[in-house]
Amino acid sequence: MTTDYKPAIHFNHVDYSIDGNKILRGITGSFPEGKITTLVGPSGAGKTTLLKLCNGLLSPESGEIYIKDKGIDSFEPVELRRKVGIALQSAPMVSGTVYKNLALPVELRGEKYDKKEAESLLRDVGLDEKFLDRKVTDLSGGQQQKVSIARTLVNKPEILLLDEITSSLDRTSLKEMEELITLINRKYGTTIIWITHNLQQALDIGDYTWVMMDGEVVETGESKLLRSPANDRVKSFVQGGAQ
Amino acid sequence: MTYLTLSITLIFVVIPLVLSKTLNLGLERDTIIATVRSIIQLLLVGFILKFVFDSESLLYIFLMVTLMIVAATHNARNKGASIKGITWKVAVTLIFVEVLTQGILIGLNITPPTAQYIISISGMVIGNSMVLSILFLNRFTAEVESHQDETELVLSLGGTPKQAIHTQLINSIKASMIPTIESQKTVGLVQLPGMMSGQIIAGADPIQAVQFQLLIMFLLLTTAAVTSVMLGFLSYPTLFNQRMQLIQKS
Repeated sequence: MTTDYKPAIHFNHVDYSIDGNKILRGITGSFPEGKITTLVGPSGAGKTTLLKLCNGLLSPESGEIYIKDKGIDSFEPVELRRKVGIALQSAPMVSGTVYKNLALPVELRGEKYDKKEAESLLRDVGLDEKFLDRKVTDLSGGQQQKVSIARTLVNKPEILLLDEITSSLDRTSLKEMEELITLINRKYGTTIIWITHNLQQALDIGDYTWVMMDGEVVETGESKLLRSPANDRVKSFVQGGAQ
Repeated sequence: MTYLTLSITLIFVVIPLVLSKTLNLGLERDTIIATVRSIIQLLLVGFILKFVFDSESLLYIFLMVTLMIVAATHNARNKGASIKGITWKVAVTLIFVEVLTQGILIGLNITPPTAQYIISISGMVIGNSMVLSILFLNRFTAEVESHQDETELVLSLGGTPKQAIHTQLINSIKASMIPTIESQKTVGLVQLPGMMSGQIIAGADPIQAVQFQLLIMFLLLTTAAVTSVMLGFLSYPTLFNQRMQLIQKS
């Protein structure tokens, strides 16, 4: 499915386990550059682990990962994580204001973050600039998720990994977020890999889909595969709806 | 104090025993064990100290201090069992604190280099450093566990392990130092330090006892700060691997 495109990330027989428990088994495949690929599958399928392998928060037990044809280990960890940004599902916040959170990636480089830039970024994710001085503890789950994505975008990543970012958003915010991610993808050519439990979202937004179960990739292809999957397990997963 | 009067003081052990029995606290066995152990341990230490003080041998002083460090390390390391190489990290910290404090005291002629001073002060320094190590390790392991998301967040945004663990490290250092600082704020108002009281009871001039107590208290401040900072900076790198990843545990 990805042969027509240059891969942004390529997995080659990747295994991952913690203390002998296999989390991922023989993952092989590519995420096309400049496209949106959704990762779907039941909880515990290994989707989050796969994302963390992409930006070097974890390393494979065996197999290779390539980022734009270069072995992942040839990147310095700090350089890799700025190039491949991740918005974590739990949207962890550092205590303090929204500005403090947005400034974090820049301050980690020892620089100061311009407030005007922070305001503009906030507007991009659908939050008013007045939020800048709000304490993160005063924000709703959905608002924290938006701040989390904005914070990831501060590093201007070439590849953006999103872990269930819309699960705590209301319908309006969800639509805004989908539009924002699509805009980032179309405008900057950013490669997006997006874990979602919302199969309709995968169909609407994703160019491609990977279906994962029990640590394995069981089916990949254009997102429309979710309408008529070839694999029986995927078929039953889709018919049962997202878990 | 004669052995007869000392034995009369056992009345202070009988009171908690009676209370425990009456109220069904179930502390009788532990109280008796604690009493017997303290009698044996302190009498033994008393005889050993008398022997070492009389001999004035540098070798015996060294052996005594080494024994204190080994016992303190053994006691403290259990609290940081999840940190790789914790035994030598605690040992190095205790040795450094001991060498630093004795170096200043003897080097600047504040206390004489005799067994009486070196062993007594070492006991307080190493004991305090051990408690600080336990407090620090307790807090640090809890902070790391409960703030794993924040640590991972900083790493994911391109931060280094030191930046990722900074908040947890600082919180743990501060928390472990608070008891030392707070007890110094109320000293003399709420409680008279045991060492000072002991000197006064033994007939020393109260002003001289106070001066010596001040020296010890300042010493313990340094001990507290150096122990937690050093142990913190020795411990945090073992939580990460060479690829700047938080080491995963199932």
